[in-house]
Amino acid sequence: MNVEQAFKSALTTLGANKVRSGLTMLGVIIGVFAVVTMIALGRGLQNYITDQFEQIGSNLLFVAPGRARIGGDPAQAFSRNRFTYKHVKLIETYASDYISTVAPFVQVGETVKYKTKLFYASVNGIDYKSFDLYQYEIGIGRTFTRNEERSKKRVVIIGPSVKKELFPNSNPVRERISIGTDAFEVIGTFKEKGKNFDDGVLMPYTSSMNTFDLKHLTNIVAKAKTTKDLPSATRQIELALLRDLKKDDFSVLSQQDILSTITNILKILTIGLGAIAGVSLLVGGIGIMNIMLVSVTERIREIGLRKAVGATPTNIAMQFLIESVILSVSGGTIGLLLGWAASYAAQNYIRAEVTIGAVALAFGFAAGVGIVFGTYPAYRAGKLDPIEALRYE
Amino acid sequence: MEKILETKNVSKIYDLGEVKIHAIKNVSLEIYRGDFITIVGKSGSGKSTLMHLIGLLDTPTSGEVYLNGQSVGGFSEPKLAKIRNNDIGFVFQSFNLLPRTTALDNITLPLEYSTIPRSSWKAKAFEMLETVDLTDRAMNKSNELSGGQKQRVAIARALINDPSIIIADEPTGNLDTKTGDDIIDMFVKLNAAGRTIVIVTHDEDVARVAKRRITLRDGEIV
Repeated sequence: MNVEQAFKSALTTLGANKVRSGLTMLGVIIGVFAVVTMIALGRGLQNYITDQFEQIGSNLLFVAPGRARIGGDPAQAFSRNRFTYKHVKLIETYASDYISTVAPFVQVGETVKYKTKLFYASVNGIDYKSFDLYQYEIGIGRTFTRNEERSKKRVVIIGPSVKKELFPNSNPVRERISIGTDAFEVIGTFKEKGKNFDDGVLMPYTSSMNTFDLKHLTNIVAKAKTTKDLPSATRQIELALLRDLKKDDFSVLSQQDILSTITNILKILTIGLGAIAGVSLLVGGIGIMNIMLVSVTERIREIGLRKAVGATPTNIAMQFLIESVILSVSGGTIGLLLGWAASYAAQNYIRAEVTIGAVALAFGFAAGVGIVFGTYPAYRAGKLDPIEALRYE
Repeated sequence: MEKILETKNVSKIYDLGEVKIHAIKNVSLEIYRGDFITIVGKSGSGKSTLMHLIGLLDTPTSGEVYLNGQSVGGFSEPKLAKIRNNDIGFVFQSFNLLPRTTALDNITLPLEYSTIPRSSWKAKAFEMLETVDLTDRAMNKSNELSGGQKQRVAIARALINDPSIIIADEPTGNLDTKTGDDIIDMFVKLNAAGRTIVIVTHDEDVARVAKRRITLRDGEIV
């Protein structure tokens, strides 16, 4: 019996039990779909984070309060915050060799109101130089001036999501919105920059600290002159801050540090999700083995007959093995296509990516499942005694 | 006459732990080309065991089986399968056709395990269908055939590899008398055309048409 005949024979048998074959495949379909989708979403998440970081601007250093490392105790970071504008000045004065800009940053989440409309925005207090630092592009209106910053003027530049929600069809400039307990004048809007930014509201950090009664900056952001300067800049900032703060009061993180930490976490997450999805593929494999064992029992007489007319144990085993591999591989293909379709459908929300690696992994795993879980039933079928098999009722 | 199959002092003992069952005791028989033999005996007399031994589905505990002059003792299962494929055609009491499969595909089943190229299968199968007078049923699935038609398909399947010997196990057992007689007529015709046939039966009417009768009692030829 050659392979082509074995395939034909297997297809005939599987076709004769369409519902059963379909249900058996479903296990593998769901398994492969889950693996492919999870990995694609994980990749998408990594892409998203990377994109976000690229949008912030390059060569940035974040000075965070506390010995805060990603993954550390976040409470510690807040409790130790002693940043004031004085520290921005310290960096400006003592770390100017490698740094082009240094700016304060104050962030609060607050509901923004315009008439009856509400929007929960991230309210970012920045200084007048930060528009360049973060590469904000102004849509309509203007940015705030140094004088407005000094006088704690209640002015805001709103993000595109905020504008869309509060001023769907009107020009927001010169309108007054309320944030917290105070009223602010909208002086401009900024262009789309990415999801993390678009639901933001920008105001002078001085106004923000005043309105929300804040004593400390959330963090300080510095921009190194070139990528090469990042290590030296980091060192200088540390030295500058040590004039007033203790070693444990702050940490300087480069964009790359943060990015690679997050990416690492996401990679582990992706592997974890993929592994969990892999369990469903394993369950699908057990389903195949189960149904193949049933199939062997059902076809004992057929096996006996085939042996009587000249089938060797290997012929019989191959026939069943090919059936299980067809089930798992076609299930794998369908699951892969569904997973790919799901990732494609998610493109609007997240840049999910079905990598060649994920395809190979899922497909190889599916075929492997067919072989591994098909072997035992096939072996059982192959070694059946023809006389017993022919007698079987 | 040419000797096709021979058993020499063949015994088969089933070891069931505490008891040993001597299913076949020292049976020696010779089957020649063109023979038409019936093996008769009560149930439990060892007919089936003997049939399995000469059909190479089973191996004797002692003694030798020769096929076309060659001892098949010690042959591996794949090798025995190959011999069954080439030299032995089986017909069973319960037909044993593949379900949901056409008569044509049932007939070509042994060819799946042969080296005969697929291109010639259909012609061969039709030739066999003609022999059993069933050409109009070629495309009918096995469940659409009557008992007699099923058995004729089974005979065609047994013939397709042009075997040295056809072994039928109670071929009329599941058929009414009239249909059974037709099947027996068919065996008579095949034998007249030169086929070597061995029928295992307890039906006296069947036994009567054969050229030779071998009666078994308690595993021995009487």
